[in-house]
Amino acid sequence: MAASGDVDFRTRLQDWLPRLVLAPSFAVTLLFVYGFILFTIVLSFTGSKMLPRFTWVGFENYEKLFALPAWNTAIVNIAIFASLYIVICTAIGLLLAIFLDQKIRGEGVLRPIYLYPMALSFIVTGTAWKWFLDPGIGLQQVMRNTGWESFTFTWIKDADYALYTIVIAAVWQTSGFVMAMFLAGLRGIDNEILKAAQIDGASNWQLYRRIVIPLLRPAFLSAFVILSHLAIKSYDLVVALTGGGPGRATEMPATFMYSYTFTRNQMGIGASSAVIMLMTIAAIMVPYLYAELKEKKA
Amino acid sequence: MSAATQDTAVSTGSFTRAFLYLVLILFALFYLLPLYVMGVNSVKPLTEITGGNMMALPSVWTLEPWRQAWSTAQIGVEPTGLKPYFLNSILMVVPAVAISTIVGALNGYVLTKWRFRGDTWVFGLMLFSCFIPFQIVLIPMAVVLGKLGLAGSVPGLILVHVVYGIGFTTLYFRNYYASFPTELVRAAMIDGAGFFRIFWRILLPVSGPIAVVSVIWQFTNIWNDFLFGVSFGGTSQPMTVALNNLVQSSTGVKEYNVHFAGAILAALPTLLVYIVAGRYFVRGLMAGSVKG
Amino acid sequence: MGFLDIRNVTKSYGSVEVLHRVDVAVEEGEFLVLVGPSGCGKSTLLNMIAGLEGISGGEIAIKGRVVNGVHPSKRNIAMVFQSYALYPNMTVGQNMTFGLEMHGVPKPEREEALSRVAKLLQIDHLLDRKPGQLSGGQRQRVAMGRALVRNPDVFLFDEPLSNLDAKLRVDMRTEIKKLHQSLKTTIVYVTHDQIEAMTLSTRIAVMNKGHVQQLGTPKEIYDTPANVFVATFMGSPAMNLVPATVVMEGGVPHAAVTDADGTPRHLRFSQANLAAWAGKPILLGIRPEAITDPEGADRKSANIVALANRVGVTEPAGSDTFVTMQLSGKDIVARMRADALVAPGQVFDFAVNMEKAVAFDPATEERIAP
Repeated sequence: MAASGDVDFRTRLQDWLPRLVLAPSFAVTLLFVYGFILFTIVLSFTGSKMLPRFTWVGFENYEKLFALPAWNTAIVNIAIFASLYIVICTAIGLLLAIFLDQKIRGEGVLRPIYLYPMALSFIVTGTAWKWFLDPGIGLQQVMRNTGWESFTFTWIKDADYALYTIVIAAVWQTSGFVMAMFLAGLRGIDNEILKAAQIDGASNWQLYRRIVIPLLRPAFLSAFVILSHLAIKSYDLVVALTGGGPGRATEMPATFMYSYTFTRNQMGIGASSAVIMLMTIAAIMVPYLYAELKEKKA
Repeated sequence: MSAATQDTAVSTGSFTRAFLYLVLILFALFYLLPLYVMGVNSVKPLTEITGGNMMALPSVWTLEPWRQAWSTAQIGVEPTGLKPYFLNSILMVVPAVAISTIVGALNGYVLTKWRFRGDTWVFGLMLFSCFIPFQIVLIPMAVVLGKLGLAGSVPGLILVHVVYGIGFTTLYFRNYYASFPTELVRAAMIDGAGFFRIFWRILLPVSGPIAVVSVIWQFTNIWNDFLFGVSFGGTSQPMTVALNNLVQSSTGVKEYNVHFAGAILAALPTLLVYIVAGRYFVRGLMAGSVKG
Repeated sequence: MGFLDIRNVTKSYGSVEVLHRVDVAVEEGEFLVLVGPSGCGKSTLLNMIAGLEGISGGEIAIKGRVVNGVHPSKRNIAMVFQSYALYPNMTVGQNMTFGLEMHGVPKPEREEALSRVAKLLQIDHLLDRKPGQLSGGQRQRVAMGRALVRNPDVFLFDEPLSNLDAKLRVDMRTEIKKLHQSLKTTIVYVTHDQIEAMTLSTRIAVMNKGHVQQLGTPKEIYDTPANVFVATFMGSPAMNLVPATVVMEGGVPHAAVTDADGTPRHLRFSQANLAAWAGKPILLGIRPEAITDPEGADRKSANIVALANRVGVTEPAGSDTFVTMQLSGKDIVARMRADALVAPGQVFDFAVNMEKAVAFDPATEERIAP
């Protein structure tokens, strides 16, 4: 409010108070988020080892990073993990949501069962699946005990398959949430549109494929954004389930960053890997948030 | 999301319906499986797990693994059980949740009812901070906590969780207050109420539902956090880190039953919140992802 | 100097000026209505009087005190909002006394003021209820009650009736008028409804595009609209505007028009000053009620002109029958008595009360006569 002339003190205070109240949060965000991002970016161009040192090395860390087999494994792993995780979660979520939307008796019981894993820590999830998939005591042992002597399931110990156990646990944890997002989307669709399509002679299959699923576009977009964001950040689950192993088989960017920075004393390289992670997430989140905010303003 | 099932125009035959129920129930079993495994194996003696069937009910029921997990299990180098870490988590979670929720409420109030030029930018910058990979702030945060003398302490963890939590709490309250009529604020201004009085007397009394959402969201997130805990926990590690140490310890016999009991202990608070207030939990999840 | 002075007030958002030099002086006890289409700046002006929006230029004074920059609560005003803005968490009684409480009025006085106003508005039985338990009309009363307990210098009403259904709106309109007559308070009232403006006000400011188009009593606004905008905005159905040419017949100016069948017709003006417009095009403005069946014509008028014209559509509305017909290629509406015998397609002898006619300059759209 740009009032001219003699503004009384209280009004002037009232004008500034809101901004004063918001200022600490904003300052904290600027410092602890954007300042820190800047700091990490700067570090990624320095030769820091165990402690931050500001000796400029240019793009050396990035060159080293992409030459490291461990980082390349991490990139390949995150690509496989993220695609499987997103696709399977979306498929299961959509399937469950569509099925649940058929006036299912007991929806009130089923829905919370699908969703509760989202309330758990990834460490808990990791612990449960780690031992359940352990060949010595878990699923394999159970099947053999029940008489299927030749049953083998050793993925979690197998460098070629361990990654997929992370997919299983991650899907278990979040697919219910994706279901909830799609269900909300389905419930938001005008029933008269469905009735009109049926009068037009669409079968159930056509109804979903041609009308309903296209209408769920915003839910697909949200699911994609949230899931990719979760996938790139995934650290806890890997640590709890496989610890990045066997060997380096399930190394991810998040675990890579942590070990290079804090246990291998390669802070410069760790910082550069964090910058790559940030850029990847920003490439997905910034356009999404921008569109959401703009839409709300309109 | 409404609790009641809505009328859907799609009609299905009885064979299809049987199939629907079958699939839905199979998935329910899939989601319940780990909980069942944790539950039954936490009340068995270890020999029944290593030598027996993980899916079977215990033949000897025992609460010993729970007692061990709580008070005597080896965490790192100390045989303290998870108890002190549980306490750490509580001491960390309660203030962090309270502070971030109050700050978020005030921010949301300012951003909707006292708008100023550039407020959308301020909000956008705060919102984006919810979605950064926290790896990008780990190194400078470690430096700053060290400088502040807060490294490895509960107050340090509180600070971290408040800083990276206010983006979300602000989002919740902003979206909630956005639908609160601005005319009420104007009426209160004319009535002579100031900035804080309007917040306290007019907005806060109707903020119950969103406050619950915010508290639950923050509680779940902070309780379940591992990355900050393991990075900055030092001697004040939270529950998740302790559980991981317990499970990953490479010395001695693996006491699976104790691990499972510990995992349930770590899951219990958030699980309880989910059971008691699942509705708000889901609302928080949705508001944090889809539109507000 | 008036009781409430709005002197040369402008409002800009950035480089966009949305209110242009508004100048209005309101006397004590006046009921000023700001009326205009949405986006005309009427609510902005009201908010500026209230202090809810800053003043970009000029000044506003209440009782001689310039209030630019003074906090809303210190202007001694009260406001009734469109949505009523009742605090949902407080009871009716708490809602009404909140302002007094904020101003540090002791409890006994607050209670006294509350019971006085509650009796006046007949809401004393509702004081312990929450706003959510009230009907629309009751909320409206509470919102007015909240304003009344403050006993302010100026009451501001921001479209207070627009959320009510049609019947309740008429009742509340009468109620507000009664209150004004008995309390003699100064009121500034914003509405987009021209009937509300006509019935309630002692003076009306018709606004459009950030300008006050005309300021005057309801009668002045209705009978002698300053320009085409005011003429068409006030009155329902709207004033008929017909392109015409001024011709002189026997030294008296006439409006030359063509009827529905294309036959030229001359309608004699009462306004001699239109002689200056001889031979020039004008816009002839005639209210629907000035075109009637001959039996329904105003007996006191000295200038009833007969006009035979083909009837287009008839719309019986119960109290009147509206007839649509063509004049100079335009559809115009006439207002007949309900039982006037008129059928579509028939050529009917209408009576035009040219004493009430208005003429506008088609180029500037300003009134040139009377």
